[in-house]
Amino acid sequence: MQDLNVSSNTYSDGVIRQFSIMAVIWGVVGMLMGVIIAAQLVWPELNLGLPWTSFGRLRPLHTNAVIFAFGGCTLFATSYYVVQRTCQTKLFMPKLATFTFWAWQLVIVSAAISLPLGFTQGKEYAELEWPIDLLIAVTWVCYAIVFFGTIGTRKVKHIYVANWFFGAFIITVALLHIVNSAAMPAGLMKSYSAYAGVQDAMVQWWYGHNAVGFFLTAGFLGIMYYFVPKQAGRPVYSYSLSIVHFWALIFTYMWAGPHHLHYTALPDWTQSLGMVFSLVLLAPSWGGMINGIMTMSGAWHKLRTDPILRFLIVSLSFYGMSTFEGPMMAIKTVNSLSHYTDWTVGHVHSGALGWVGLVSMGAIYYMIPRLFGQKQMYSIKAIELHFWLATIGIVLYIAALWISGVMEGLMWRAINADGTLTYTFVESVKAKTPYYITRMVGGLLYLSGMSIMLWNVIKTATSGKAATVSIPAAAAHA
Amino acid sequence: MDINSLRILTTVLSFIVFIGIMVWVWQRRNTSDFKDAANLPFKDE
Repeated sequence: MQDLNVSSNTYSDGVIRQFSIMAVIWGVVGMLMGVIIAAQLVWPELNLGLPWTSFGRLRPLHTNAVIFAFGGCTLFATSYYVVQRTCQTKLFMPKLATFTFWAWQLVIVSAAISLPLGFTQGKEYAELEWPIDLLIAVTWVCYAIVFFGTIGTRKVKHIYVANWFFGAFIITVALLHIVNSAAMPAGLMKSYSAYAGVQDAMVQWWYGHNAVGFFLTAGFLGIMYYFVPKQAGRPVYSYSLSIVHFWALIFTYMWAGPHHLHYTALPDWTQSLGMVFSLVLLAPSWGGMINGIMTMSGAWHKLRTDPILRFLIVSLSFYGMSTFEGPMMAIKTVNSLSHYTDWTVGHVHSGALGWVGLVSMGAIYYMIPRLFGQKQMYSIKAIELHFWLATIGIVLYIAALWISGVMEGLMWRAINADGTLTYTFVESVKAKTPYYITRMVGGLLYLSGMSIMLWNVIKTATSGKAATVSIPAAAAHA
Repeated sequence: MDINSLRILTTVLSFIVFIGIMVWVWQRRNTSDFKDAANLPFKDE
């Protein structure tokens, strides 16, 4: 799919086509895994009694597939797309960009094989064993060279805010990955973490929360700052606010990790610090959300007719919702109820399905026709249908897990007059059955929307052909 | 220097830098630059 006649004045879009198509395919695969494990929680027999298909092995497969395969391919595609168009130059070292594509697919396939086989470092969102970790590190360094090289060879003076977010995401993920994956190999697919005890836990959740903050937030905010203005046809509401948004996020996110370790062996002051910084994070998060949504000011009517814009704007509503819920759940007293319950899972999915998922889909719907020389997607009606399936799916999913999470939290802490527990643990599990079914139905709706998207993308790609887009002559005053 | 003094210094300096960024961003003389910057995504149309 590489461009055949890449001349010096066209964008390097071949690698973007590859990443965009694979983002959609991995999206379907990852969400299917999610529905399967959601069904296993209702009917445990669905693990088929086999080790490879047990919940403990498929769950990391699901999270890796949706975060690093679907989310990762989306970020590669959009960042390469945005950086070229806002720097008015082609990619720096396009062959290295193509290498990042194949290397990243190799990482994904290695994950899909090694996780069901039971190879894991046992760190959430960092399960992959050390040889795969090394491949990720190499790929990421190449990604950084391509991205920052493109910025270095830009034809305009200013570096657009979306590129700041993408850049922060690339640098921080490199730092997080290398520090948290430090391990002593003990065989080809076995290693021991370089850290021990509570330090290990703290390093893990410093990584874990910043993976949320920089992989799943900063990167996707980069998407928001380009695609929302483009689709709405007007510049971002306040560019000044976008700069403050960026720096506020950078200065605070790093500290929020301890809220994953409330009431553990972690020193109490560290927990309180994590809680306070999580609360502070509400300000930049909502600043960014307001900046995105207010970009629509004066063009609200477009939401009625444009389903792609609706994906982008509703994703911001879910971003606002989950970044309000997150700080609240980081408060120690709230956390004493919510932690270890389904409420946490619901919160994560309101961010993942609502924010990350919808903003990615909106951006891919924007890019695909332009990458394949088409005016618009093959079927606008299908985008519309996808939007409603996804939105209803999210609402069913998160509402079900709010109820089941708060319910099980209350059941666990309920105490009789004589000090004994009111409920056994298994009673709380049994009580969750109807909510688990609802959650599975929500996930199924979300998956069916994604499948429709895959069909729509294939139809658009096959009825068009790889388009070469020329770079406009750099503006005179640039 | 005591490691804790160094930590305090870093935190305080970061905070001052952030305040500095805010002051710089909302200075009146930068507004037209930011307006140009905000229009960067539309330069290729």
